[in-house]
Amino acid sequence: MKKADKFVKNAAGRLVPTVVNGKKVIPFMGVNKYRPTHKGAAPRVPTIIDYPQDCNKVVDSLKDALIKSGLKDGMTLSTHHHYRNGDYVANWIFDIAAELGVKDLVWLPSAAFPCHAPIIKHLESGVVHHIEGSLNGPLGDFCSHGKMKGLGYLRSHGGRYRAVADGELHIDIAVLAASASDMMGNANGVHGKHPFGPMSFSKVDSKNADRTIVVTDTLIDFPCYPWEIMGNDVDFVVVVDEVGDPQKIVSGTTRITKSPDRLLIAEYAAKFVEAAGILHDGMNFQAGAGGTSLAFVDFIQQMMIEKGIKARSMIGGSTKYLVDMMNNGRADYIFDGQTFGLEAISSLRDNPRHIPIDVYESYDFHAKSNLVQMMDLIVLGSTEVDVNFNANCVTHSDGRMLHGIGGYQNCLMAKCTIIAVPTFRDRIPVIKDEVTTLVAPGELVDVIVTERGIAINPLRTDLIEATRNSGLPIRDIRDIKNEIDDLCGVPAKPKLSDEAVAVVEWVDGTILDTIHKIEE
Amino acid sequence: MAKIASAGNYGPKIRSDCMVTVELTDSGGVHIELISKVKDFFGDHIIALAQDEMKFFGIKNANVKIEDRGALDFVITARIEAALKRADNTITKSYLPEMKKHCLYKSAKDALRRSRLYLPGGSPKLMLNAGLHGADAIILDLEDSVHPDEKDSARILVRNALRTIDFKGAERMVRINQLPLGFEDLKEIINENVHVILIPKCESKQQVIDIDESIKKIKKAKKQVYLMPIIESAKGVMHAYEIALASKNVIALTLGLEDYTADIGVTRSKSEDECFFAKSMVLNAAKAAGVQAIDTVFSDVNDMVGLYENVKQAKALGFDGKGCIHPRQIRVIHEAFLPSQEELAKAQQIVEAYTTAKKEGKGVVSLGSKMIDAPVVKQAQHVLKMAKIGGMIK
Repeated sequence: MKKADKFVKNAAGRLVPTVVNGKKVIPFMGVNKYRPTHKGAAPRVPTIIDYPQDCNKVVDSLKDALIKSGLKDGMTLSTHHHYRNGDYVANWIFDIAAELGVKDLVWLPSAAFPCHAPIIKHLESGVVHHIEGSLNGPLGDFCSHGKMKGLGYLRSHGGRYRAVADGELHIDIAVLAASASDMMGNANGVHGKHPFGPMSFSKVDSKNADRTIVVTDTLIDFPCYPWEIMGNDVDFVVVVDEVGDPQKIVSGTTRITKSPDRLLIAEYAAKFVEAAGILHDGMNFQAGAGGTSLAFVDFIQQMMIEKGIKARSMIGGSTKYLVDMMNNGRADYIFDGQTFGLEAISSLRDNPRHIPIDVYESYDFHAKSNLVQMMDLIVLGSTEVDVNFNANCVTHSDGRMLHGIGGYQNCLMAKCTIIAVPTFRDRIPVIKDEVTTLVAPGELVDVIVTERGIAINPLRTDLIEATRNSGLPIRDIRDIKNEIDDLCGVPAKPKLSDEAVAVVEWVDGTILDTIHKIEE
Repeated sequence: MAKIASAGNYGPKIRSDCMVTVELTDSGGVHIELISKVKDFFGDHIIALAQDEMKFFGIKNANVKIEDRGALDFVITARIEAALKRADNTITKSYLPEMKKHCLYKSAKDALRRSRLYLPGGSPKLMLNAGLHGADAIILDLEDSVHPDEKDSARILVRNALRTIDFKGAERMVRINQLPLGFEDLKEIINENVHVILIPKCESKQQVIDIDESIKKIKKAKKQVYLMPIIESAKGVMHAYEIALASKNVIALTLGLEDYTADIGVTRSKSEDECFFAKSMVLNAAKAAGVQAIDTVFSDVNDMVGLYENVKQAKALGFDGKGCIHPRQIRVIHEAFLPSQEELAKAQQIVEAYTTAKKEGKGVVSLGSKMIDAPVVKQAQHVLKMAKIGGMIK
């Protein structure tokens, strides 16, 4: 079986396979051009008489639970990434699978992190066939070198939810880390020894997997409430000493950047938002946890104070900054699919205005509406953008996989999407003629803000008009690119082979782009 | 003669710089070894560039190791040149990068100098985006921020930076070293469209005259280079007036209070009360000589409130500008130099009265029952100019 076969040029002009890991896939047809017609997932139908009458589903070990779940060759196993780089569960699963001699598994994490490097040995030995989800750090590097047996399949958070919920992607066993659970399997991420926040990414798994295993280090008396994971959906509960390390949830910085250049980017973005009339009383906006995003939020907050206005809602991943902002009366609500830091977790647990959301609520393509559509503004980062406003967040300019898609594509549904990036990193220009990997189609990217100026997508004539006399450095994106090419030089094209190592899915399930093997 | 020498910086925290090690050999041709995080993108280019530079200097045999952390061409060539000149001190030629058009703008004697941003002359990373933060001037510093052993290398780097980086209209200043080392600095950088030379630890008019003469000798173009003596000793304070008058190219006096307080044997306090005499002297000397007076730097980069108050105070004393060591200070300084609403209203009245009087052919300008003298009108016009630049009025 070829990893990828029958390549065609899709609507974005990218050469993509129509067969991936033996399954037929549909090439990207354009934004809002394709409607998946699945009828929904069809998980195994359980019967209550097959479960303990006292509802005690606690078993001796994860190995025991996996065996009882019928773990066998070729199965698809899912995990969530709420412990991010402090996740233990995924490594345990595949160590056990190796011990049991199981082969050709598909791992479906909602995201992978550098802590998952031990899975490389299981990819090498054939325990794991391929990964569908995100590939970054050591796993991304492994895949980029063409060493993974199957083709990597990158989905956005929303795309993963869609695929699981509509039946395109069947989960055999979901193994879900929870910071607290009762014996029924009612579980959450806000109680217990090692809380991490909401369990957004895993709800869809618990509803649609044939078997669901909850792993926790804090077993509490019934009821464990809120039950983000419902015991009714859980087959087994496993209790371990430590389920994850919340200290490693934060991998980068969650402090306001001190870099003058990044502060300048954040300031331009905030001023643009003001000049474009997006900043208004009752606005809804997304505020990320990175240093530049936090600086942006800080500028927005100052403007709100000056104008005496407040936001109706903000979407995190929230940090102490966002929580303080809400508590200081600058926003009515925070929505969170992930929290960063204890202040944010306790706020989520204790403040009814701090609302946990799952991917269905925030990003789902099959939903009849969703939260990001309500957002007046979302600010994203990027590894690369191009002169047609296309953006890349999964590969570096050398073609190596760096990050998962996360919510990146899903956020493009907001009313205004701003990408805030420096014009160059280590002499490598960020603005290209064409992105190495297409993740965000240019027609959905409204504004690119850099430290050298602001480029507005020509499609957004309204934004161009609104900011015409703002005094902000609004420039043609090609003009900014020329300045940077003059400063840095034009880099050589990355050496990439024709061989595909992964594909990037668009939110509707079609194939947007192909990631190629690195040539040494 | 040293056969092997290095120049530059390399390490996990270093960015936009490189370390070059040159070993001059007797045979075998020129070998370039490149270690670079951008090798995939610029590797061939960097090696070709290094080869070209070696050829330019007539080096036939050498091993060159470039350990790169994303340095731009002008940095790489500067580091190679510095390493080469250290390995062979008979080399005198200069490998000059192309002078970019955006480096060729002019300045003026009475240019606005509210903020001047210091940049260490040995740190390319801080130079690249320095022009983006709106400072009225940038200072490429060869003096205190550069280690004594790195003066030669920094000089070449600053020269190349002056030919390459777009400082976006900011006045281009270089702080040279104290004499006689400063003469070496002048030779390297004076023909690179430097607008202003800052003279450190200036204590006598003779120092200004010497520098002015030296510039005249080595400067190819006719356009003069302005001078800004830095007064940072008790002696300098006493001679401030004659220093300001020493050359018509002196456009401002500025103060260095770190060294001054050390010189008079006190600790510099936040209020800077101990510097009141020096400030007043330098300010008065500058104004008497018809040049600008620029205040010292504010060194706590995290204290924006303190900076604002400090600049307000400087403005109240009569200073025209302030030194800064971090880009985020620039905005605060510019804000503090804005006139107050009262000052603005008063200035508008005065200028209006002056315009009316002029129109009516009156020799005397009066506002209400008060007569207004020419310096007052001039000051009012200055206030309006500052208000306009700051966006307070159209």
